[in-house]
Amino acid sequence: MGLFKLTPPFLSGTNRVTDHMVQLSLALFPAIIALVYYFGPGVLINIILATGVALASEALMLNLRQRPIKPYLSDGSALVTALLIAVSLPPLSPWWLTTVGTLFAIIFAKHLYGGLGYNPFNPAMVAYVLLLISFPVEMTSWLPITSLAESQVTFSSALQIIFTEQLPQQLSYDAISAATPLDMMKTQIGLLQTPSEIMENPVFSRFSGEGWQWVNFWFAIGGIFLIYRKIISWHIPVAVIVSLATIAFITWLISPETTASPLFHLFSGATMIGAFFIATDPVSGATTIKGRLIFGAGIGLLTYVIRVWGGYPDGIAFAVILMNMLVPLIDYYTQPRVYGANK
Amino acid sequence: MRQLGSFPGGLILDGQKNRSTQLAIRQAPLSKTLILPLQQHIGEASIPTVVIGERVLKGQMIARASGHVSVNLHAPSSGYITAINNQNIPHPSELSALSISIETDGKDQWAPLIKTENYRTLSAHDLRQHIRYAGIVGLGGAGFPSFIKLNPGIHHFVDTLILNGVECEPYITCDDMIMRERAEGILDGIAIMRHAIKAKSCIIAIEDNKPEAITAMQSALAKHSDHINTEIVIVPTRYPAGSEKQLIQVITKLQVPINKLPIDIGIVMHNVGTAYAIGRAINHGEPLISRIVTITGENIHKAGNLEVLLGSPIRDLLNFCEATTQDPNQLLLGGPMMGYHLTSSDLPITKTSNCILAGVEKAVKEPTPMPCIRCGECAVACPVSLLPQQIYWHARAKELDKTREYNLFDCIECGCCSYVCPSEIPLVQYFRFAKTEIMNQEDEKKKSNVARVRHENRQTRQETEKREKDLRQQRRKAALASENNDKETS
Repeated sequence: MGLFKLTPPFLSGTNRVTDHMVQLSLALFPAIIALVYYFGPGVLINIILATGVALASEALMLNLRQRPIKPYLSDGSALVTALLIAVSLPPLSPWWLTTVGTLFAIIFAKHLYGGLGYNPFNPAMVAYVLLLISFPVEMTSWLPITSLAESQVTFSSALQIIFTEQLPQQLSYDAISAATPLDMMKTQIGLLQTPSEIMENPVFSRFSGEGWQWVNFWFAIGGIFLIYRKIISWHIPVAVIVSLATIAFITWLISPETTASPLFHLFSGATMIGAFFIATDPVSGATTIKGRLIFGAGIGLLTYVIRVWGGYPDGIAFAVILMNMLVPLIDYYTQPRVYGANK
Repeated sequence: MRQLGSFPGGLILDGQKNRSTQLAIRQAPLSKTLILPLQQHIGEASIPTVVIGERVLKGQMIARASGHVSVNLHAPSSGYITAINNQNIPHPSELSALSISIETDGKDQWAPLIKTENYRTLSAHDLRQHIRYAGIVGLGGAGFPSFIKLNPGIHHFVDTLILNGVECEPYITCDDMIMRERAEGILDGIAIMRHAIKAKSCIIAIEDNKPEAITAMQSALAKHSDHINTEIVIVPTRYPAGSEKQLIQVITKLQVPINKLPIDIGIVMHNVGTAYAIGRAINHGEPLISRIVTITGENIHKAGNLEVLLGSPIRDLLNFCEATTQDPNQLLLGGPMMGYHLTSSDLPITKTSNCILAGVEKAVKEPTPMPCIRCGECAVACPVSLLPQQIYWHARAKELDKTREYNLFDCIECGCCSYVCPSEIPLVQYFRFAKTEIMNQEDEKKKSNVARVRHENRQTRQETEKREKDLRQQRRKAALASENNDKETS
């Protein structure tokens, strides 16, 4: 008998966890470029910072948990978590915001639950929700898009803002802070303006916020690439989009004066990154085909409910975490009919 | 053209069939010693009918069937019985089992054979008995006694006899080659089977990666007009299309209900090699003493198919095919998806050995499993529509009840899930383990039930005995008392 007693099958496909993670990261790049184009280079600093913190804390936790560091560190899952946090935070977030979020995601949301494969909640979204609840001011001061800003944020001034929280002399506070289109839509509807009146503001464009719609567009393109490469299945993204669009369309039909259009919802905030990159996290999501449709539909629905009737401008993170809680139930009751079972 | 169904999942695999189809079927050399395990089939082991030192002739019975699910065993060549003892046998769990060893005398002298001139003169029952006494079992791999599958029972009507020539595992080509070279012999067997089960129609299923076999079967069929309602169905190549239940689904779009047999939906399936063996047994009187074995793999210089006498040591076949290594770590019995490691090249060929695979291209090397990320690829690949990721989760946690709720026992262990797993988790191994654990638990439960019943019986018995004893004592006392009374009164 050999040292390793192998068991059948003795053949194996070429599909590997690391490939999944690498391709996922690649698919984020078009949207990251769009973020830089519309909101300045701050997001790149967030990415570098979050990646560094994520890999360091992953290595630390693996060491503490006495797990082999190399295979787990190179699986790319910490990298993906870091990227998702970095692109979700406002581009000029102070360094400690990114650091706290990433540490919380890796240490608490991932490793304390048992590491890769054992986390019931999406680590990046747990971190996002923690930050949103703990630091609402920092989390909601997004940037105006560069074409509307009075002056441009350069890489060095972005560095200065992120690490010292001091504004460089040439920049005014207005240049680096503005409400997001989702935020504006929510407050202005609260002030009894109609969506079409609100959309006349220059931060809006044809579908949604100028810049935001393109960032969403590129997230969707990245997501379609992932579906094409069979890294993710189409079920969750399609369910998220269809359910969000459906409920937005119904309420819009009933009351166009007080609700934004379905297209606005699809191309605002975190809709597309949520649908293609966050809801599709396999570990914390539903795993059956039917279950994935229900899971995605639930996220779309909850996102709309939180956006329109809840207290927060966006609802993807809350919706994902709420649906994560239902996953064991959904999976159990959506088992496919096995061969030979009664119809 | 027949409308085919399909099964979910499955894999398109690199067949590697050309390696072993370049040469015609060759006769393997006669080995000096033949080792014949008494159980080469599913069911009860056969009982030896020879003694050590006895001379046996080729085709002579050396062990008889024991009980219903059992068949006879015959000497594959003439020689002397040298031992009846435990020998290592090819088995996934590396067992040894009672076997008969024959020292061949090189004369290969046949025992007198009883042919049947016209099988139609025999009743279905007699045919089945002949097939049973000829030692014929399913040659596709499982080794279930064929005569049982040829007995539909009075309550069943056989609509279709399906001949399985799919051979979906990579590397294996013994069915392919037997169809190419012995198509008419297969048709002879089919005719006998149909006579036994009165099947309305017959389908010969062949995967579309075997065009030569399809042509050979078609031209043989064209020559014999007596095969009515017989059709060759070309099945798309997709693993595991050759699995009985999946093939039924492809051909008939029907599913065999859980805990039922194909016969319950009017289907009987046999392997093409089995059909050939049945033809030889009835028309020529030859019992099952040899089979076609594919010898192939990276380490085989002259790969091909051999007609091998049962009991031949694998080493001799490897030498004959100019193997570059005899290292048992490189040897598999069966295909790369469902085969198993051999512990030694000294093990004998049995009735169910279809392939010796020495060296698999792109074989899995010392996998380092990562955690399951629940990607669901395994569920997509599963031909039975299980959720391997969920069963694995519960099997790891030893939540065996949960594994049953996720239909663990419907797993056919085809290996598709392990193949596609991006974390390289040996899923099939976990499932087998969970199945064994559950079966052991049930055994324990049965045993403890038996023990409990025994204990209770013993208690009641003791109580009855005690009561009877008391009663006897009382009677004796009463008798004594009355005797004394009598004395006193008298």
